[in-house]
Amino acid sequence: MTEFHSNAGIGIVVEEEIVFTLDELCRASGTGEAQVLALVGEGVLDPTGTGPQDWVFDGPTLRTVRTALRLADDLELGIRGAAIVLDLLEQVAVLQSRLRRAGIR
Amino acid sequence: MEFKDYYATLGVERTSTQDEIKRAYRKLARKHHPDLNKEPGAEDRFKDIAEAHEALIDPERRAAYDDLGRRHAQGQPFEPPPGWDSGFEFSGRGGEAPGARGDADFSDFFESLFGHAGRPSGPQGGARGGGHAPGSDHHAKVMIDLEDSYRGAKRTISLRVPVFDTEGHGVLQDRQLEVNIPKGVREGQHLRLAGQGAPGHGNAPPGDLYLEIVLRPQRPFRVDGGNVYVDLSVSPWEAALGATITAPTPEGDVQLSIPAGSSQGRKLRLKGRGLPGKTPGDLYAVLGIALPKSDSSAEQEAYAAFAKAFPHFDPRIANEA
Repeated sequence: MTEFHSNAGIGIVVEEEIVFTLDELCRASGTGEAQVLALVGEGVLDPTGTGPQDWVFDGPTLRTVRTALRLADDLELGIRGAAIVLDLLEQVAVLQSRLRRAGIR
Repeated sequence: MEFKDYYATLGVERTSTQDEIKRAYRKLARKHHPDLNKEPGAEDRFKDIAEAHEALIDPERRAAYDDLGRRHAQGQPFEPPPGWDSGFEFSGRGGEAPGARGDADFSDFFESLFGHAGRPSGPQGGARGGGHAPGSDHHAKVMIDLEDSYRGAKRTISLRVPVFDTEGHGVLQDRQLEVNIPKGVREGQHLRLAGQGAPGHGNAPPGDLYLEIVLRPQRPFRVDGGNVYVDLSVSPWEAALGATITAPTPEGDVQLSIPAGSSQGRKLRLKGRGLPGKTPGDLYAVLGIALPKSDSSAEQEAYAAFAKAFPHFDPRIANEA
């Protein structure tokens, strides 16, 4: 096993500084167009633009897609099942945020 | 390398059917999936479960594993005998492994038994292999401290990446990468490091590396997006009469004025003292009123005088803040 060392420079914050085209989003999340189209179809993703050829996805989309795919694949939920779980996770996050503000955890 | 008891990991018997293994896996996967279970350790447990499932659900791999298992127990030192797998031919089931997104990390034990048989084959899952396809994008996590987000930081991270030679054989390579963490980065955000993913084919450019930020919990602070909360205990007289007290912040102690008449749970906002960024977060000190013990008679008399001074105070009636 070899080892090497390099300097990657400064990281760019995806959520704040990057938008993705459909192709870029597929590459970054390691999936195919069909999965992304299905997520748009479920209303999980909401790109701007008139159609797939000029869709623009905001930075936080990357995290959503990756979570959706993990759920869909690992738990064999399919895209629709993953969409429901994502909605529930969003509700959990809102409740946890309230608990943190209230000092409960 | 230690022998891993995949049956124990899934809580099934060596005689269990494929259906029983599948059921056990599904149940455990739901319970420990890192997107559903935020407890520390859930992710490692899920990886173990996924690996055990991957090894046992394929009848060919299971047969090979059982053959070895007759001679080993969990945790025993283990070296695969030379040529042990010559009688088995793994057809592989590329794409079905949890690593289909390129971030699975099966153990050395698994790799030594089955190689990359459970992985998507080739540098691009075969789909874009050959020609001049760009390298694929990689993902990893990096854990940082709260003060790294406040100040920015330089981190060296270790990555274990499969590298493929011209014939498509994969070897694992350790990579040390020095990364500048920009200040203001928040839990769950991703950093993109251009060109640090998998190498491209031919003249094509390499892929990018994405690092997901994990913020190490740091008492007494609670982080919610860009806002930071800290509990602050005050005495009843500080709350009632007002005071200037020392409060901890991730950037060091500050002097904080407690307004007179503060009640339990009051939030004092230090604007812009949360995580930095385009929209800096705020820091909130959440007041908690601590009551002194009354052990001596003098202390008890003080409480009695207190009671006498508030004859109409009823704590059971809402005491509006």
